[in-house]
This record gives sequence, C-alpha cells and structure tokens, in this order.
Amino acid sequence: MASDGTYAGYGGRHVPEPLEEPLAQLAAGFEEAIESEQFWEEFEHLLEHYGGRPTPVFYAETLSERYDADIYFKHEDLLHGGAHKLNNTLGQGLLAKQAGKERLIAETGAGQHGTATAMVGALLDLDTTVYMGRKDIQRQEMNVFRMRLLGAEVRSVTRGNEGLAEAVDAALEDLVENVDDTHYLVGSAVGPDPFPRMVREFQSVIGKEAREQIQELHGDLPDACVACVGGGSNSIGLFDAFRDDEDVALYGAEPGGKGLSSGKHSAPLSENEDSEGEIYQGAKTKVIDDDTENHSVSAGLDYPGVGPEHAALQETGRAEYRAITDEEALAAFRELSESEGIIPAFEPSHAIALAIQLAEEDEHDTILVNLCGRGDKDMRSAAEQFDLTPTSE
Amino acid sequence: MSLEAAFADEPAFVPYLAAGDPSYEASIEYVEALARGGADAIELGLPFSEPIAEGTTIQEAIVRALDAGMTPDRYLEFVREVDVDVPLVCMTYYNLIYQYGESDGPRSFVEAAAEAGIEGFVVPDLPAEEAGPLRAACDEFGLDLVFIVAPTTEGDRLETMKEQVSGYVYVQARLGTTGARDEVSDYTERSLARIADWDVPKAVGFGIKTGDHAERIVRAGADGIIVGSALVDIVAEGYENGDSTEVVADRLEAKARELKEGALAGAPVEQ
Repeated sequence: MASDGTYAGYGGRHVPEPLEEPLAQLAAGFEEAIESEQFWEEFEHLLEHYGGRPTPVFYAETLSERYDADIYFKHEDLLHGGAHKLNNTLGQGLLAKQAGKERLIAETGAGQHGTATAMVGALLDLDTTVYMGRKDIQRQEMNVFRMRLLGAEVRSVTRGNEGLAEAVDAALEDLVENVDDTHYLVGSAVGPDPFPRMVREFQSVIGKEAREQIQELHGDLPDACVACVGGGSNSIGLFDAFRDDEDVALYGAEPGGKGLSSGKHSAPLSENEDSEGEIYQGAKTKVIDDDTENHSVSAGLDYPGVGPEHAALQETGRAEYRAITDEEALAAFRELSESEGIIPAFEPSHAIALAIQLAEEDEHDTILVNLCGRGDKDMRSAAEQFDLTPTSE
Repeated sequence: MSLEAAFADEPAFVPYLAAGDPSYEASIEYVEALARGGADAIELGLPFSEPIAEGTTIQEAIVRALDAGMTPDRYLEFVREVDVDVPLVCMTYYNLIYQYGESDGPRSFVEAAAEAGIEGFVVPDLPAEEAGPLRAACDEFGLDLVFIVAPTTEGDRLETMKEQVSGYVYVQARLGTTGARDEVSDYTERSLARIADWDVPKAVGFGIKTGDHAERIVRAGADGIIVGSALVDIVAEGYENGDSTEVVADRLEAKARELKEGALAGAPVEQ
C-alpha cells in the first residue's frame, strides 16, 4: 500500500475539483485519528459495549464432516445491526463528529450499511440521509423501515439501474453541495482515496480477531480465508490481518449472477482479470463490461465496480477471486440454514458456496469464512425462492 | 483561433451543451445557434455514462445524449460536422479519454480530437497532480488544457494547476454541482483574487442564468462567463414539450445573445 491511496496502480483520487480539498482534509483527519490513543479508546469502547465485539469464531461441524475440511465461520452476523457494517460506521461516525460535521450521508444497497449509518447517526446525534436505489428499496424494505425508525431520511434514487452504483452517485452529488457540514460515510472499500483505506482500517478488526480466535480454537492459522466481494469491505477487513501469512490463501467470492457467460452478473474481477482497469466513481479499478447487465440476487453485492485494493490483490496474485452464481449462493444459503441453524444473508452465502467449492477441490484443509451478515433482511426473497409461504387450508 | 484569443478583445461568453442532446441532428443545430448568438468558444460535453457529482440538469442531458446513441467516435464526427467558427473545447471525464484507442493513456483520444477540430479539454475528474500525461498529449497536438478552480482549491494544487493550465481557467464561483442558481455568489471576487497572478484568462462558471448575472460577474473582474445549466434547461424543456428543433434553436440563440450582451455590459468602459 502506498500512502497516496494507490494499490499497485489502482485507486487514487479522481474527483471533481470541489471534492479535492474536502477529501484531502478527511484524509488528514483520518491519519491523525488513527494515531490518537483517545480515538482508539473511544472506538474500541463502542465496538465492545455498543456493537458487541468481539464476535466469535464458530466451528461448523456438520459442514466440516460433509465436505471433509475444517470449516470455521467468523460470526460477523452477530454484530449489532446484523452485519459487519457497524465497524466502519462507528469509526467514520467518530471521525465526522471530531471534524465538527453535523450531518451524515450514506449510500446503501442491501440496506445494511444504511441501517448501520442510521444507528450511528442516532447514537452520535448526527442528522442522517441515506441514498438507496428504488429497486433496492423494494427488495429490502425491512431495512428501509429500520432506517426510518432510527431517524434517518431514506431518499429513493430513481436514475439508471436504481441500484447501489446510482446511490453512490447521488451521495457524491450531495457531498459536493453540502461539504461544509456533511460527512459522506462510504460503506465499502470503494471510491476515491481516503475511503478505501479508511474502510479497511475500521473493518480490519474482523481479521485481527479472527486470526487470534482460530489459532486458539484450531491451534493453527487457516489454510484459506474466504469472503464475499461486492465493493469488498468485509473481505478486505478479513484479508488484511492475513496478508503477510504466506501460507494462508485468500479467496474472494464475487456475485456471478446468472453466470459469467450470461452477461448478467456483478463480477468485474472474474470478468476482467486481464484488463488494466478504468476510472470509476473516483478511483481506478476493475468494472464490469459496458454490455454486461449489473445483476446479483444479493442487493449488497450488485455493484459494477470493486474496491481498488482487490484489483491490486488479484493482480499481484495474493488473492484469488471467483464468481459464484445466484443459484450456488442460494443453495449455500439453504444448506447453512439447515445444517448449522444459521440463516446467513445472501451476500455471505456467496462466500459459503465458494468455501464448499474449495473443500470439494480438496486443496485446503482448514477454511475460515467471514459470515458477514445475517439473513433476516432476505426473508421475503427467500420465501419466494423456496416457496416457504404455508398454503392456507 | 486559439482559446486564449477568444478572450482577447472583450468579455467572452462560453456556453456548454452536451453533444447529442437530445439527438445528434438537433444538437448540431443547437450548437450552431449558440455561435450565432455570440459564443466566443463552446464547451462541448462528451457524454460519459458514469459522470461523478454532476448536477441533475447536466446528468439528464448526458442520459438523453447517450440514449440517442452518442459515443466518443460519434462525438468526433459531430465536431467535424458542426459548422461554427469559434473554438470547441471538449468537456468530459478522464475515463473516456484514457480508455480510447490503442495507446496506453490519453494520447490516442487527444490526437483524434485534435484532428477533428477540438482546441482544448476540460476534465472535471482529472486531479491536477495526475494531469501530466494529458498535458503532454495536449502539447504534442497543440491543444489547451483548462483546469477548474473551485472555492476549496488551495495551496499546492493551486500551484500545480497554475503550472499546467492553458487556454483559460474555469473559475467555479460557488460550491455545488452545476445547477442554475438565482443568485450570483460573492465567491466570484474571492475566487478571482486567489488566481489574480495567473497569466490565462479567467472564465467564471456555475450558476449564471441571466444577462444580469453575466454583467455582474464580468464587473467583478471575470474575463469571461461559462454557462451550462441555463442552456441545457432550454434544451430539456423543448424536448419535454415536443417543440421543434428550430424553435428551441431560436430560444438558445436569444439566450446566448442575452448572456453575451450582459457580459459586454459588465466590461470596463474604455476611455
């Protein structure tokens, strides 16, 4: 990692001039905060007492037996709010408060990040506006209710594909207009510097904890770490602690939608491994092709781009990324529910499917999966997929 | 005619339109109408599917143009075809310039644009610190590179821009995306003061809607005015109401004339 926010040539800060200075100030504030003992005390106190950290690592016995590999889950779904998102929103929320901002804005896809932002907005007494694509508002309405209950304003974004990418655009526009009093609380490791490194810093607690916990439980490091990658915040949070452990393979599960060859997916790394990347939403990174339809069963993963550091990890060969289809993810969703009594969100279901794939390939004996969120928000879709509605008699 | 020369004799009026909005043919007429109305140079937007932080007005123009089939190659055709005798400045996002053609970096597009008749570039998302390759390509093909100075631009970046800018500097008069505003911001004077020692013409943009705004901005020291949203609004309204291309072109010409006359009225009276 270079201190200018680039990763092997990816990343950087490609934004309109009015955003340059505010982002430079944000970077400076962030760098100061992470050197400050007081900041970490407050952050870690909140993570523990408000968020419920540390989250445990769990040995999945049935799955392990079934696939003849030791499969462990980092239980990030147990964090307050039901997903890993709070790590980042607490960190950035504290930064915003320290910088004297009065207002938080955020984009959200599945609504988990929006909810975690709304929680922190309520906790720290900051006005909160969340941009969400209209399509996502429809398929993730429980989280819309949660955000509103928490006092946030949810603004429907109706342009383009009405999804996460458009919500990011809308939030950036809001930031340009209101930069004096507003902090844009980016939810994933995407966008212009310093967002990717900031999000990684606050999410890296996942890997730090998991690395210790699995050594306690298992007696050794895992052979492989697996996480889903939309923008890539939970995955970078897991990978960061293991990047120097050369014997630990790192795998990212991209949303393969209806399959890479179908032209309907959100898997830029799998699709464009050999391309040099392009500038997208403020940073140089990999993006799906123009004629690929951005699609995933999971609202939190259907983003056309990916965090720039993942593009770099792929290019340097440190991490491998594979596309997991909707169908494979849904099968894993059902399998985990039935075998372990854990209903995962659709997002980590991609990671679970990839872990099963790896176990079946028999390359790795011990696999650590980040279970980054719980599936409550996906119940309506699941009910439709699996015909769970009881027939009236 | 070079860009700088467009500002030489009197306050310049520099309008913006997205090329191809709402159709290729109509857009040609609209750009020519602006020239008839007194434009001294024209910022011709090359639509990009992922504009970052554009205001709604411009976003919608970009969507209309893309929906009507605008692409970089079609844009170059547009530039060759449009019949105006004032310089055209390509305003677009770095991704398009960077991705175009075979070369690694911006050279291919700059070469193609120069051949088509473009005289300069404005690239809102290009950080001044990373402008080197584009600056070099512009130098190679004799094009200008315009930078946007925002109210928040300070220190080293201001210096980096000053070293690289040519043609004119685009002074953003107030924070915010390119939405037309009713009030002319007092940022103008302050923004101009910060770049007083730059040796390129200073064109002020963002928020100018009327001849009166234009006059006041020129009076505050601007060498020219840049107007986008107020003109794009006319295109949008005509499109929504189904007005004929001719009617919309007449409205654009009249608005251009109003803005140019306003700018002239703000000029210091020569003794």
